[in-house]
Amino acid sequence: MSSYALQLKDLRKSFGKSEIIRGVNLDIPVGERLAIIGPNGAGKSTLFNLISGRFPPTSGDVLLHGQKINGKKPFEINRMGLSRSFQITNIFPKLSVFENLRCSVLWSLGYKYTFLKFLADLDDANARTEELMSMIKLDKKRDVLAANLTYAEQRALEIGVTIGGGASVVLLDEPTAGMSKTETTRFISLIKEVTVGKTLLTVEHDMGVVFGLADKIAVVVYGEVLAYDTPDAVRANQRVQDAYLGSAVADEQGAQHA
Amino acid sequence: MSNSIVKFKPLNIGRILVWGFFALVLLLAPLLFTSSLSHTMLSQMGIFIIICLSYNILLGQGGMLSFGHAVYSGLGAFMAIHTLNMISSGTLPLPVSLVPIVGGLAGLVFAAIFGSVTVKKAGTPFAMITLGIGELIWAMSLMFPGFFGGEGGVSGNRVTGSSPFGITFGPQIQLYYLIALYTFVCTALMFALTRTPLGRMLNAVRDNPERVEFVGYDTQRVRYIAFMIAGFFAGIGGALAALNFEIVTSENVSGPRSGVFLLFTFLGGATFFFGAIIGGILSVLAFVLFSELTKAWLLYLGLLFLFMVMYAPGGFASLIMMNLRVVSYGKFKPLIGKYCVLFVSGVVALLGLAAMVEMIYHMQLNQALGEGLTFLNIGLNVKSAASWGGAVAVMLVGSLIFEFTRRKFAVQWSTIQEFIENEIKRKESL
Repeated sequence: MSSYALQLKDLRKSFGKSEIIRGVNLDIPVGERLAIIGPNGAGKSTLFNLISGRFPPTSGDVLLHGQKINGKKPFEINRMGLSRSFQITNIFPKLSVFENLRCSVLWSLGYKYTFLKFLADLDDANARTEELMSMIKLDKKRDVLAANLTYAEQRALEIGVTIGGGASVVLLDEPTAGMSKTETTRFISLIKEVTVGKTLLTVEHDMGVVFGLADKIAVVVYGEVLAYDTPDAVRANQRVQDAYLGSAVADEQGAQHA
Repeated sequence: MSNSIVKFKPLNIGRILVWGFFALVLLLAPLLFTSSLSHTMLSQMGIFIIICLSYNILLGQGGMLSFGHAVYSGLGAFMAIHTLNMISSGTLPLPVSLVPIVGGLAGLVFAAIFGSVTVKKAGTPFAMITLGIGELIWAMSLMFPGFFGGEGGVSGNRVTGSSPFGITFGPQIQLYYLIALYTFVCTALMFALTRTPLGRMLNAVRDNPERVEFVGYDTQRVRYIAFMIAGFFAGIGGALAALNFEIVTSENVSGPRSGVFLLFTFLGGATFFFGAIIGGILSVLAFVLFSELTKAWLLYLGLLFLFMVMYAPGGFASLIMMNLRVVSYGKFKPLIGKYCVLFVSGVVALLGLAAMVEMIYHMQLNQALGEGLTFLNIGLNVKSAASWGGAVAVMLVGSLIFEFTRRKFAVQWSTIQEFIENEIKRKESL
């Protein structure tokens, strides 16, 4: 077992002629909370899609706990202990909160595709689901369809579905996108709470959140990692300031795109 | 976990009651409706219930719009009739009551073969592939008369093999009870499926296949297993049909037959489990009774389908459930009056329309019989302006009253729905 939870080795991705990810190298130790920041279109979300298997990389390697996962299907990567959330809420709209969460725990508890057991009898899955539901504070919405939740509740459910399988590496793609200030503050403490002991990668726009939540920050600009260091060191980094934090941050905060 | 056990207990009693009621209906129906026509119809209902339920595993639970479900019921039927003939010729010592299982296995095997191609895609490509495979089998049914019997089909005789306790399945009533038994068991099994991990993940695949991949499940595998299960039950239904009619023709695997399963499962209501049961019953009523009433029955069926797709996409099941919700919140009484007006005016408008449709059909098909026809004991004449004018007037009056009431009803309905939503929210925040 490698001491790194996740390693990216000269990762590249091209769409047609344009190279979006241009040789990313990162070694993320187990248990680290890493925030990935960068201007719009820098390739942060693409990076997540490459790691989680949504797209195959053009070249380079992704290693999860020392094992190569590039080219694997998303469900295979998920089974190996990496889970991700989505920037645009991606849940099961016609299923209840409880059913959404239960779907996320079934595989990790070994139930696979069985049709010979009743869900109601799966005590461990149901207990785990109840636990998840109170962790993300949706226990009062147990039987509400996911489509009928408020935006903030859907975001919380998104996190719940992501961590349900107990993955050790969790990728959160802009978890607080579109939330109000107070909601964001509450949500950040929720994220901290539910990802204790896990390796966390998050794409985040809100600089307050980034400096509060992360142990390390990786700055991605034009598909390259410009800096990968502690928040204070990144803040002091002249290149980062020039490229990103200086002028771009104001636009960034103002834009708050979805 | 004693807490949750206590919580689930009343639900289980309700479930036992429902299933007990279902069994009782299956048991007593042929004793209440004793004519041979009703026995035939009840048998067909059982068959269609099984097939519509199996189709709804795909459509309602898995979000898979298949245009070729008759392939699996039909091939199940062909295998069953060949098995029956083997029993008759003495080469296979199998009781007739187990022939449906053979049909089911055939459905399963064919679903496993064709499904491996079909489920590679979802959505529109899936629908297209099922359509293609349906056409393929239909074309093959005319190419291989050895297996499919060509134009005439394959016939058999269900009174064969051993007859334990004197049960020969000769009389329709005996066959009905065999069908009823299969209907009950298959319905129970398919309902059980919706309560299993696979059944739930199938719903998840329907809702959001992409996310399913990110919680560790292979969506293709989920769809494939569900497809095979649906094929199995469709095969059982097809085999029962083979026993019932003692003849299987290429029509059994045809596209129109697949369309019937789709249409009635949708009409019954794909979003609820019992919707497909309603669909199965409706299909037999339409095919056997409605087609006797008028030559234009397919036109009416098409109109009904059109209106349901536009105004009640959840089918009859969702109409029932929505009104039950209103009843449970005690808000049904103020609606009754409007429902009555809607019903009467709707029937009036339909009568006007139907009179015109019947006159047109008469002009096209029965001209040799003269200009006059009777429609609901009213003499009409296709050459008379009074007949046409009267029909138009009746339809217009009916439609106007219907539309006027419908608008008022819609306002009242949405007020009630709003009230219920607020009640639910209030209860949640307690």
